[in-house]
Amino acid sequence: MSILINKHSRVVTQGITGKTGQFHTRMSRDYANGKACYVAGVNPKKAGEDFEGIPIFASVKDAKAKTGANVSVIYVPPPGAAAAIWEACEADLDLVICITEGIPVRDMIEVRDRMQKQKRKTLLVGPNCPGVITPDEIKIGIMPGHIHKKGRIGVVSRSGTLTYEAVGQLTALGYGQSSAVGIGGDPVNGLKHVDVLRLFNDDPETDAVIMIGEIGGSDEETAARWVKANMGKPVVGFIAGVTAPPGKRMGHAGAIISGGKGTAQEKLAVMEECGIKVTKNPAEMGRLLKSVLK
Amino acid sequence: MKIHEYQAKEVLRKFGVPTPRSVACFSVDEAVQAAQSLGGKVWVVKAQIHAGGRGKGGGVKLAKSIDEVKTLAGQILGMQLVTHQTGPQGQKVRRLLIEEGADIKRELYVGLVVDRQTQKVCLMASSEGGMDIEEVAATHPEKIQRVFVDPESGLKDAEADDVARKLGVPDAGVAQARAVLQGLYRAFWASDASLAEINPMIVTGDGRVVALDAKMTFDDNALFRHPEIVAMRDLDEEDPAEVEASKHDLNYIQLEGNIGCLVNGAGLAMATMDVIKLYGDSPANFLDVGGGATTEKVTEAFKIMLRNPGLKAILVNIFGGIMKCDVIATALVEAAKVVSLRVPLVVRLEGTNVELGKKILADSGLPIISAANMADAAEKVVAAAKGKR
Repeated sequence: MSILINKHSRVVTQGITGKTGQFHTRMSRDYANGKACYVAGVNPKKAGEDFEGIPIFASVKDAKAKTGANVSVIYVPPPGAAAAIWEACEADLDLVICITEGIPVRDMIEVRDRMQKQKRKTLLVGPNCPGVITPDEIKIGIMPGHIHKKGRIGVVSRSGTLTYEAVGQLTALGYGQSSAVGIGGDPVNGLKHVDVLRLFNDDPETDAVIMIGEIGGSDEETAARWVKANMGKPVVGFIAGVTAPPGKRMGHAGAIISGGKGTAQEKLAVMEECGIKVTKNPAEMGRLLKSVLK
Repeated sequence: MKIHEYQAKEVLRKFGVPTPRSVACFSVDEAVQAAQSLGGKVWVVKAQIHAGGRGKGGGVKLAKSIDEVKTLAGQILGMQLVTHQTGPQGQKVRRLLIEEGADIKRELYVGLVVDRQTQKVCLMASSEGGMDIEEVAATHPEKIQRVFVDPESGLKDAEADDVARKLGVPDAGVAQARAVLQGLYRAFWASDASLAEINPMIVTGDGRVVALDAKMTFDDNALFRHPEIVAMRDLDEEDPAEVEASKHDLNYIQLEGNIGCLVNGAGLAMATMDVIKLYGDSPANFLDVGGGATTEKVTEAFKIMLRNPGLKAILVNIFGGIMKCDVIATALVEAAKVVSLRVPLVVRLEGTNVELGKKILADSGLPIISAANMADAAEKVVAAAKGKR
């Protein structure tokens, strides 16, 4: 098993005709069961055409009706990306993964508010994230597929390359991954650490989890407290940004220490209090995970 | 993106928020003229820099005559104003705001931020005007009111009135306070702000509610739809290296240490800084080259780092995923040739085509120190920087 996506997922790409959408749809289709999984693309102006054999539809709703797509991945540029998320929600997909970086926060506040008020069933991962992968089954997003290995360790992170770093270390030590989830670096987003940990906790084929956080907000603290009360599996962690100065946005829109809140030290302290083993050395994430496995 | 107080007040006035009459000035002569045209007997001479704590730092002074305006404007213009937000070197004052004096009866605080937990805009209000809200939050959290605003309806009349009453605004002033609070919210929402503060919001002797100071910061991701905000950008207030980097689509932040970092991905870039610290030295910068590290981008990145006279070594840490290591290695070699590196360069490559990438570096004939992983890279770059000292 795995979380969120597997070889039975059927994916529609929103923004399939743009350069990024084309490139990553091709890479994802070539990974594991991608040929069977990538069933549709959306572009209202190019309905009826296809991208290398993947049919293009006018809307997500059409794509779902004609192909049975249940997951969407979004490469739409920032000005239209929140509307694309909403379109996927209105089509009642199970999951939408938004890769797009640079969406205005106000747009995200509006779409999250509508999702909540209308009690939409669609889960959102991202935006500004690398996506989700279940090794040897399906890859939805921009991560390099070949560094992954099928296995029983869950990975959840706000950062793309730091996820690859953790996955690379795990694979090198012989530990495969059940799923790896990039939840993204934006301040207003979909699934948070705690939501993904809950899914890993319920997944019988995940034995332990690496949780990677960074400065800004308090999602890691919330997740840590949930772990202490509910998690039946070991969790280890790393927080990026111990050396980050306050008041500066460190690349990610959400990575900022404001008003003395959201520091790495604060997060690490709460995680340790809650029984999560942490390392301050990003080169040690894999070995730390190994140390907590029986 | 940050703007000055006088610009924030311009934005707020468009949304019906009353402010004292004032004129922005760039010279002592302009300041004197401004005071004369404003009239009255008391003026406030206010330094305009993108940092808080200007009053405590000596950048806000009261003048009781035109001569005093002239003297104070002369003192403040051009000074290195040091506040708790500027760092020890301070920020040079290039603009002033000359404002009419106000009859302050009470000082209050109102501010708006995006609350990440509720994913809504949060209105904060406190009767402790003039103090940093963080300080109030730490010492008197019970004095802060919070309203999480529904994005569909905006700040409702009843919510605004309730906040005003709890702040102790007299009944006669509640309608005015409502206009200020709703104006502040509309300004925040319509211009895609990430922070909007009126501190202090004052009640005057004759019962009017006025924004005496104002601060606004905007969501960089939304600037594409706000040319009127972009027009207010003041590059003098920003770090020149950061401005230069942004022209080349590089995410760069200047820091205090000796070791330059060039990394792909924001999280990995922060982690690289952290691991340098862990091995006993300090990063000179944060730099995320993003997904497309071309020769041009890497060259510009090297140039920007090398401008720093204190630079002792550079660490390149790349996890090549979609971006292949051989492509990166070629870009590094080309860039290193162009800029003639004067400091040791440690490179850690991992990911797609890593062996090919390492071979390109080794065959280049350049004195590049290759590292096996992040920890090894940090150890080597710290040692190399020491050798250079």
